[in-house]
Amino acid sequence: MQLLQHYNHWIAVALMMLGLWVLIESRNLVKKLIGLNMLQAAVFLLFLTIGVVEGGTAPVLEAGRETYTNPLPQVLILTAIVVGVATTAVGLALVVRIHRAFGTVEEDLVDREEGA
Amino acid sequence: MNHGLVLQVVVPLATAPLCVLVRSGRAAGWLAALVALFLLGNALWLFGEVRAAGPMAYALGGVPPPLGIEYRLDLLNALVLVVVAAVTALATWWAALASPRELPGTRLELFFAAWLLCVTGSMGLLLTADAFHVFVFLEVASLATYVLVAHGPHRSALVASFRYLLSGTVAATFILIGIGLLYAMTGTLNLHDLAERLPAVADTRTVQAGWAFLGVGLCLKAAVFPLHLWLPGAYASAPSAVSALLAGIATKIAVYLWLRLFFATFARAVPVADMPVDDVLLLAGLCGALVGSTVAVFQDEPRRLLAWSSIAQVGYMVTGLGLGSRAGLHAALAHIVNHALLKSAAFLVLGTIALRLGTGARTLRVADLAGLARRMPGLALMLLVVGLGLVGMPLTAGFLGKWLLVEALLERELWAAAAAVLVSSLLAVVYVWRLVEPMYAAAPAAPAEAAGPALGPALRWGLMLPALLLCAAAVVLGVETGFSVGVTGDAVDQLLGGGR
Repeated sequence: MQLLQHYNHWIAVALMMLGLWVLIESRNLVKKLIGLNMLQAAVFLLFLTIGVVEGGTAPVLEAGRETYTNPLPQVLILTAIVVGVATTAVGLALVVRIHRAFGTVEEDLVDREEGA
Repeated sequence: MNHGLVLQVVVPLATAPLCVLVRSGRAAGWLAALVALFLLGNALWLFGEVRAAGPMAYALGGVPPPLGIEYRLDLLNALVLVVVAAVTALATWWAALASPRELPGTRLELFFAAWLLCVTGSMGLLLTADAFHVFVFLEVASLATYVLVAHGPHRSALVASFRYLLSGTVAATFILIGIGLLYAMTGTLNLHDLAERLPAVADTRTVQAGWAFLGVGLCLKAAVFPLHLWLPGAYASAPSAVSALLAGIATKIAVYLWLRLFFATFARAVPVADMPVDDVLLLAGLCGALVGSTVAVFQDEPRRLLAWSSIAQVGYMVTGLGLGSRAGLHAALAHIVNHALLKSAAFLVLGTIALRLGTGARTLRVADLAGLARRMPGLALMLLVVGLGLVGMPLTAGFLGKWLLVEALLERELWAAAAAVLVSSLLAVVYVWRLVEPMYAAAPAAPAEAAGPALGPALRWGLMLPALLLCAAAVVLGVETGFSVGVTGDAVDQLLGGGR
């Protein structure tokens, strides 16, 4: 039952691989960005799972509570989420410009246009 | 506390929004150039301090490590800091002069804000001794880089930047996973604390997985074969100043991080017997060197040719890393120093040529270089010197890197590998010949209609000067070996011996 107890890890890994697959396989540039976001979400999940302390509550000081979940991974993930948002913003801005310049956001059509 | 360490990061960070507030693109450029000059001066001073007094540390906010974030400077990053700061200063100067011409119609204040953010990230990466800080600064620098590359005059820059974004973000995510797994096993993010706590848990699969993720992420960032496909597009389509900046610092910083993380932090924890990392790196490096040089031979655009050459050069660096011996690391570090100078000089020269020829948004082609030696003798000579440096001709800095690498390979009796390095050097002769031969032997092409008015003499000299300084530095370092061999040797000794 050890395996089932770590279901969070399994979900994180599955999401990570799915995200990577979507990133690599999609032809649509926006879908690639979605895959990237899935990959990042999986990593956040993994980090947060690592930080969980059994029997701990949310890391906010509360009278009468002794055990708290480790706040450091949560802080790190907040930063990583911001980085992810910024990356998605830059990515989408690029997609908008690509659409304006090439008329499409399908990767194979963009490549054909580029070669032309 | 010596605030020089943190100023190296804070000054460009604070100036980036100032660039936007300044409103005028040209003024923003000069502001960035001034900041870059300050950073160079600071870096040189810091290097002097470290050389004289030994490693220095700085706790951010006064909170002592391992709880607080720490900046640490030893001989290794002081050396790389000086090289990066030098390349940055000269590239920024060139950018301030050339960008109004090369990128008409762009809001240069935003361009230079992104430029300064890229510089911030790079400086931070070199100084930090906190693992998560590595991830944050890596992403700061990379995001700024994607924006900078997208400013290229031709629309292919957008696609190149997007591909770079995807590769770079996957790499950073892998690095984050690696850091997370290491944190899970040791409970600390401070690199030196990690170095102490890792040996106890080194045999667990978590640490090995973390190490693997970290390694792959860094290889992707450094454009190690076969994770190199983002590089030619990015270098070829970006504005010339951006290519010069990237060529000088982006991949080198990734290789530096490998040195810092794997040889300082992991050194005592590396389960070398279990994982054939050395062999994989060696193979990847040699393949990169051969493939990069071969593909470079067939390129029609000089910037794409030099991009593939960069992949080959990173291959040499990684071969040095793969050896893991003192001699191998020494070769890798010497290569970092030499290649940063040479490649940036090359891209600056090509950018100047493109501006002088007036090619506009059209990419420069090898055919454009025909007969250049008669029209622009200085630039042609600089390109020749850089080419010789890339090949590894004696008296240039490139020779020292190659020599140290071949020496390191022979020391381990890897005859085939040494032969591969020599073969790729021969290929380098071929692709440098492809650049140099039309300049000196072919008749000048009929001058096409230049885009925009001709450059005044002041601008022409101003554009040539940064590249000239870099070329001169490459030659001086080749002749005066005390710096490139001596200091790099000391740096490697400190890295392997101390691990503090």
